Amino acid sequence: MAQALTHSEPHIGDRPRPAKNYLNATTGIWSWMTTVDHKRIGVMYLVAVSSAFFVGGMFALMIRLTLLTPSHKLFGKVLIDADTYNRVFTLHGAIMVFLFIIPSIPGSLANFVLPLMLGAKDVAFPRLNLASFYLWCTGAILAVVSMIFGAVDTGWTFYTPYSTTTQNSVGIMTMAVFILGFSSIFTGLNFIATTHKLRAPGMGWFDMPLFVWGTYATAIIQVLATPVLGITMVLLALERTFNIGIFDPKIGGDPVLFQHFFWFYSHPAVYIMIVPGMAIISEIIPTFSRKTIFGYRAIAYSSVALALLGFLVWGHHMFVAGQSELATVVFSALTFLVAIPSGVKLFNWLATMYKGNISLETPMLYAISFILLFAIGGLTGIFLGALSTDVHLTDTYFVVAHFHYVMMGGTVIAFIGGVHYWWPKITGRMYSEKWGRIGCALVFVGFNMTFLTQFFLGSKGMPRRYYNYLDQYQPLHAFSTFGSWVLGMGLFITAAYLFASLRKPYDAPDNPWGGTTMEWLTSSPPIEHNFEEQPVLEHEPYDYRPKVKKHA
Amino acid sequence: MEWFRSIMLPPQGSAFAAEVDALYMFLFWLSAVLFLGIASAAIYFAFRYRYVPGRVTPHITHNTTLEIVWSVLPLLLCGVIFFWGLNGWMEYSVAPGESMEIQITAKKWLWTFEYPDGSRTANDIHVPIGKPVKFIMTSEDVLHDFFVPDMRVKHDIVPGRYTEVWFTPTVLGPHHFTCAEYCGKGHSDMNGKMTVDNEADFKKWLETGGDDWKNYPPEVWGQMQREQKGCATCHSIDGTRGQGPSWKGIYGKMEKMSDGRSYLVDEAYMQESMMQPNAKVVAGFEPIMPSFQGLLHPQDIRGLIAYIKTLK
Repeated sequence: MAQALTHSEPHIGDRPRPAKNYLNATTGIWSWMTTVDHKRIGVMYLVAVSSAFFVGGMFALMIRLTLLTPSHKLFGKVLIDADTYNRVFTLHGAIMVFLFIIPSIPGSLANFVLPLMLGAKDVAFPRLNLASFYLWCTGAILAVVSMIFGAVDTGWTFYTPYSTTTQNSVGIMTMAVFILGFSSIFTGLNFIATTHKLRAPGMGWFDMPLFVWGTYATAIIQVLATPVLGITMVLLALERTFNIGIFDPKIGGDPVLFQHFFWFYSHPAVYIMIVPGMAIISEIIPTFSRKTIFGYRAIAYSSVALALLGFLVWGHHMFVAGQSELATVVFSALTFLVAIPSGVKLFNWLATMYKGNISLETPMLYAISFILLFAIGGLTGIFLGALSTDVHLTDTYFVVAHFHYVMMGGTVIAFIGGVHYWWPKITGRMYSEKWGRIGCALVFVGFNMTFLTQFFLGSKGMPRRYYNYLDQYQPLHAFSTFGSWVLGMGLFITAAYLFASLRKPYDAPDNPWGGTTMEWLTSSPPIEHNFEEQPVLEHEPYDYRPKVKKHA
Repeated sequence: MEWFRSIMLPPQGSAFAAEVDALYMFLFWLSAVLFLGIASAAIYFAFRYRYVPGRVTPHITHNTTLEIVWSVLPLLLCGVIFFWGLNGWMEYSVAPGESMEIQITAKKWLWTFEYPDGSRTANDIHVPIGKPVKFIMTSEDVLHDFFVPDMRVKHDIVPGRYTEVWFTPTVLGPHHFTCAEYCGKGHSDMNGKMTVDNEADFKKWLETGGDDWKNYPPEVWGQMQREQKGCATCHSIDGTRGQGPSWKGIYGKMEKMSDGRSYLVDEAYMQESMMQPNAKVVAGFEPIMPSFQGLLHPQDIRGLIAYIKTLK
């Protein structure tokens, strides 16, 4: 079916499949563990972050199961007590943020695709790339160790003075986060250097695919913001070990200072998560609309604008936390500026679809899901950016729902869409299109059941991180839990048919979707050194005019 | 539309709640319209321009006018929303000068309230209707957050500093308040009841302490008072020496006083020690206990004596 959808373009041609590709060029576990091939590292990252997503997802299902009834009883037994619940939601948050979402798209898809899109043989620093992956593994192992030693119950935000006084493995977990930070910095450095130095002949900055722009903007944030997280984690560890009095008021510290440090990283981190997601959507929409992207420069600049504005709005997490009232007003005003580049992207994607030639394969279904879910995530952000409504809604389920719409409805949906889009290139196989559509529909419905409900819970005054809740909230909690089962089912089906596709022989064409960017010029899966000969840019990105060449 | 608001939001208990709700409902309808616009455009385009083999799409790279319009219009809209929110924020941030002040001390996992006349309560407060109440809050341990959904106010409580929150209650009866900043195991149980009274009922409650005591046996009520009124700070119940003598086994004992004479610790002595603590101070202790004249209601004194009697 996919073959039938490709259309006659000069740059879409199928050569005979080469016998050796990056997957079978060398064999044995050691050849993988010591590889410096960006494609293999990307695949290892894909397996690693997907495993983290699975573990974090299991914790999410446990949270929802606990909240099914106010008595927490299942078959007459309390399965999870308050202490366990606090550990479960902390692990869910910490694993999803630090081990999954932040490294997800940069580590796996961008690692694989970015050099291909630039027409390069590899990233600029292949060994640093492998080091980044091993740092991720070290962080993951430490996170598991912290679970064995009693697990953290501070929430993923580690707010002081709770985190400096609580008796458990906060030290190990902060160490894990510190190391994961370096993993992220290494990836970012690599992508900046690669984008600057390894573009194909003829490819100027405004000839780069928008995925590269998004990844580049993300890399800037990774390099500039992540050190602050590292410093904060070191200070937290010093505070716990030597009682030096930075955050603990009992010895002269200030707990609100911790929140400033933490969000100075963690707000930009939101853009580390969402900008690559938007970048994937900017690839999928023109490909499946078979039409040039609308407002290329506006989308490119808006990625950079989001990266920079992301540094100026951290205080909107702290409107009622005890920062000055004036600072709060300034942060609210700056927060509204974020709405503009986000809106611009959304309108550009819609305008790209206008008068397109649109087919609805699984990646496009995920892209349209992204548009709808990200719209809800963005619009509900206005409720929280506005000062008076935030006073009521902050620290409630409204916030939980909002950031899940952006992180899960945005980034994760884009990530899954991207995995489907590049799956033929990465694995050389086509997945089942029918099951792809079923999986996407279940994920979309399940996600909305789970999280749309939580906007109503939060508006009604249900605080977040609550084990016990008032009876009046039970129907909505139960509905949200049912939704989590549908969502879990959708993700399970998705994993199943993707795995199933690996059992087939190679059957993917070089360019199954008719994409115009350079990764489709090589074979599926690509050869070890990416291209038989150095590709040269001959047309604008997303140019669907027949046989029109830029330098003709 | 009032019915719709009441589905979406908690009951309105303060003037500020009406201010918040107005903006909330405006944003709700604005979001609904914008979302439906975006969603119908996406779905309509996907349907209207569905795939036809071989069709060539127009090469539309940009449209400057359109792009300026869809950047500037949302910016203007955001400006309006910002100032609307700011308006409510100014009201929320500045308490009127004539507000009644109630001190809140939060700790894992107990709320303590202290009124201007010195009376204290735990997890249970009464406030008069129609008068601004300002809460001056601090924490003894970790972060907490005083959240009253019906009043639409919340503010973090930070150890080592004072934060404030205020509102004017407008609806009689009980309202729920709860902790909204994660504070550990008992976080979700750290809640209580706020009753809005009319002026007369509030005065009566302040004077008599209300009728709650009738629901408990005297010694249980006494045990609660020990925590709530602060006795526990200085008087242990297990024989440990504190700022004052331990209550363990003190009833019926002959105690030597600082002036050299001995007295029997009985009901009369205990009552006197609460009202005029420094009349007879047990030998070896400083005369530092404050008088509880006016802070303890008769039922509280009876309860405390009954409780001390049980501490053998």
